[in-house]
Amino acid sequence: MPSNLEVAAPPLEAAATTMLPRLFRVQRYLQETDDTFTLELGPLDDGAPLAFAPGQFNMLYVFGVGEVPISISGDPDKPGVLVHTTRAVGTVTRVMARLRRGELIGVRGPYGTPWPVDQAEGNDVVIVAGGIGLAPLRPALYRLLAQRDRFGKVVLLYGTRTPEDILYRKELERWRARFDVDVYVTVDRAIAPWRGSVGVVTHLIPKAPFDPLSSVALICGPEIMMRFSVFELEKRGVAADRIFVSLERNMKCGVGTCGHCQFGPLFVCREGPVFAYPRVRDWLAVREL
Amino acid sequence: METLERVLSEHAFFAGMDPEYVHLLVGCASNVRFEAGSFIFRQGEEARDFYLIRQGKAALEMAPPNRPPMMIQTVSEGDVLGWSWLIPPHRWRFDARALELTRAFAMDGACLRQKCGEDPRLGYELLRRFSSIIAERLEATCLQLMDVYAIQS
Repeated sequence: MPSNLEVAAPPLEAAATTMLPRLFRVQRYLQETDDTFTLELGPLDDGAPLAFAPGQFNMLYVFGVGEVPISISGDPDKPGVLVHTTRAVGTVTRVMARLRRGELIGVRGPYGTPWPVDQAEGNDVVIVAGGIGLAPLRPALYRLLAQRDRFGKVVLLYGTRTPEDILYRKELERWRARFDVDVYVTVDRAIAPWRGSVGVVTHLIPKAPFDPLSSVALICGPEIMMRFSVFELEKRGVAADRIFVSLERNMKCGVGTCGHCQFGPLFVCREGPVFAYPRVRDWLAVREL
Repeated sequence: METLERVLSEHAFFAGMDPEYVHLLVGCASNVRFEAGSFIFRQGEEARDFYLIRQGKAALEMAPPNRPPMMIQTVSEGDVLGWSWLIPPHRWRFDARALELTRAFAMDGACLRQKCGEDPRLGYELLRRFSSIIAERLEATCLQLMDVYAIQS
């Protein structure tokens, strides 16, 4: 069992292989919720599939509009189809939401640090996801389930705003039906006929079936939700250096040169987005960051 | 009574409590069950009890005028439901409804208040446990109010 897990930033020269987007074609568009959609992309050229590690992101370029960092949400063992789920919240993603099958998009990446899935071998793995934060965690879950025997308990705790906002609903049902993964879903508010849990995702942590002394926790969601999730995990006995968070900042270049995503002494695009919690703990408490 | 005492002592709310106090409190406890869909209590009614959920799931609801009742929290096995028994005027502020068959211990509020009055150490112990629950609920309510999953403008 590893005693000191860490995620390593890729070497700069490897990350900065190109600033030139590679052309991909939209193969499939899925409306996940009212404001969230998934694009399945295939390369236009005959080049190699875009291999990635769970937790990494790509810079997606909507031509004539702009470029945004979007985490990869597909199966890392099926890199032939590049999958991105995002919310239509800004100028670029609102136009991206109108892309349909056959249209082109530019892709740079993959960038950033991955979830420490391999290092978690032999441990329970607790995934705490909030809202759209489930998207960057889905590749980790795919990998965990693909190599299920390597891990102890696998627990997914997912919280979102309302039942209508639940992401990957059918997939959650399939995971829930398995005997080798524990899935708990809660919403912040609901009306009948919802019969599931109502309450914040942090309240799932005290009762979740994992051994805090031999668990690795992966958290992604709004920053406040992540901070309170960390408090609950630590209260339960999970060591801080076994807790990993994925941060979101204003990433522009994706390779740690432009400085837009600076977070204290860190560049989130290159040294993150996945960080061991102790590395960012002090900076998360700084209001101005 | 011995069986009830043992089962009661296994509930998370009583974890680590002096067995002497559990023995005292068992006299205020009774076994209750609520069918799916039935109300455990209604807003405005006298809050005579609180509930230690043993099995099932219940929702705290508010019913705004001309809108469907909104679930604001669910409780399940190991949770505590209700603290209005503790705070005057001892009236429920919300509705509580069983979402599925729910089994619980009902703890008689008047009985508890009397025992706490007779033994302030017991009163402190119960208040300490309830204040943790109230603080957790307050924190959860803050997070819900912040609506952290909403699109930030």
